[in-house]
Amino acid sequence: MTAMLEVKDLQVAYGAILAVKNVSLTVNQGEIVTLIGSNGAGKSTTLRTISGLLKPKAGTITFLGERIDGKEGHLIVQKGLCQSPEGRRIFPRMSVRENLELGAFLRNDKTVIAEDFEKVLELFPRLRERIEQKAGTMSGGEQQMLAVGRAMMGAPKLLLLDEPSMGLAPVLVDMIFETIVKIREQGITILLIEQNASAALDVADRAYVLESGTIKMSGKASDLAKDEAVTKAYLGG
Amino acid sequence: MSIFAKGYQARKIRRRYLERTLGSIASVLIIFWLTINFIKSPSQFFQASIIGLSNGVLYALIALGYTLVYGIIELINFAHGDLFMLGAVFSANFIAIWFGKSSSSPGAWLVFFGCLICVMSVSAGVNVGIERFAYRKLRRAPKLAPLITAVGVSFVLQFIGLRWNGSGPKTWNSVLPPGQFEISGVTIAYTTLYAIAITLPLLILMTWIVTRTRQGKAMRATAQDQDAARLMGINVDRTISFTFALGGALAGAAGLIFQQTRGLTSYNLGYQLGLIAFTSAVMGGIGSLQGAVLGALLIGLIQGLNDGLPIGLGQQWSQTVVFSILILLMAFRPTGLLGKPVTEKV
Repeated sequence: MTAMLEVKDLQVAYGAILAVKNVSLTVNQGEIVTLIGSNGAGKSTTLRTISGLLKPKAGTITFLGERIDGKEGHLIVQKGLCQSPEGRRIFPRMSVRENLELGAFLRNDKTVIAEDFEKVLELFPRLRERIEQKAGTMSGGEQQMLAVGRAMMGAPKLLLLDEPSMGLAPVLVDMIFETIVKIREQGITILLIEQNASAALDVADRAYVLESGTIKMSGKASDLAKDEAVTKAYLGG
Repeated sequence: MSIFAKGYQARKIRRRYLERTLGSIASVLIIFWLTINFIKSPSQFFQASIIGLSNGVLYALIALGYTLVYGIIELINFAHGDLFMLGAVFSANFIAIWFGKSSSSPGAWLVFFGCLICVMSVSAGVNVGIERFAYRKLRRAPKLAPLITAVGVSFVLQFIGLRWNGSGPKTWNSVLPPGQFEISGVTIAYTTLYAIAITLPLLILMTWIVTRTRQGKAMRATAQDQDAARLMGINVDRTISFTFALGGALAGAAGLIFQQTRGLTSYNLGYQLGLIAFTSAVMGGIGSLQGAVLGALLIGLIQGLNDGLPIGLGQQWSQTVVFSILILLMAFRPTGLLGKPVTEKV
């Protein structure tokens, strides 16, 4: 297996405050890797930096053998690294269709886009029912589906998912995690951030535990799920 | 429900009732005023309307620049009116001094169209430059910082205008074919038609760009959520530059149209017309393109009718009437005619 994404000694600061102190992680082709940790541990900051929304203070990020740290966000998307961000961030005054079309903003291959559009609607049949509805008027769960579907429209090689289960009803949480597995079956590599650690460890191959900006543990997801310290801190055991 | 809550509800209902009654009375009075004017002199009524509308389309060109920029970075670009003024001064110099045209001839018409292209490009470039050097750094700063910068840029442009045009107004000859025609007692000057003939295609082109093109889609996405737009692969900086370029081009075109149809330039045009255009944008609902055009046409019409009708307050009350209506409208509809309520983000 080759490393698709490699983050090395990453540091990210908001002004004087160091939010990410020391993060190193790798994601290999075809894997689901999860980054778990409590609120404010620096998970979203890490993801935002990978996507180029924030500039790192130190460290390197390599994607498909190319340095992407400090690059503009739109150039990173072009390389096939798409993100469904925290809090969904769909375009509320646009229809579901327009939102999905925007996901394919950088692509020109009309026929393939149309196929991907169908794929996303198959993955989330609910979106098909709401296709012409303004995205801002949908429920939280539907908006989350849209956010993931929109990221899929960018034809990602690596998909970053930031808290896809946040604020959703338990039924929908299960559905989202099932979808994550389905997305991997389409050959898309996934880096998943979750507060719902048990569900995340369930679907993931490997996991990293982030605590106050530093990677504290890493390993196979199934091992970490059994680890006493992890269980105590994140699985409520 | 507690007694207090009930009292509150009752007060609220009473207030709404009062507001509606006042609103209806105002509407009835306005309709009554329009009707008696119409009966007294239909030709004058139509004349005033046409002059009003032709002013309105000019306001619309400028108002769009305010609303475009506000829509995308939530900045009231105070310098926009002054950009329009510079456009007018540039056009006057281009046509009358650089090319020495001061009367209507085929050659002069060619110069006019050359000037339209030049003034639109130059204004677009200047506006992009202003954004790049004055506003971009302040994008994540508190809202007051770019606002005061915009006021500063407005003064800078105004003083450039003062140097260039002199402290008093200057008059110029139009190079467009002069004349007028009459339909059943209504006299329409050709200049009125020219203003509409140039403005309308620009407005349509503008709407097409924003709603139908890829660049327009990027603009709308950036306006709603910049970070999300970046995650879609949209080059946000370039999209904002493009928005300033569009607004600038429209302001430049408005400058030329104004200079040629009114034959006048003055360094403080930006203050006069800019304020009216800004008011149009707010009245229509700032951030909404259709709103800006609607607001501009309404204000043009209100001014035209007020100034031109036999029974009216007359020109000296023009501004007073416009702003009184704005204040009233804001009290009832704070988001403007087509504005959307702001809270949408979770």
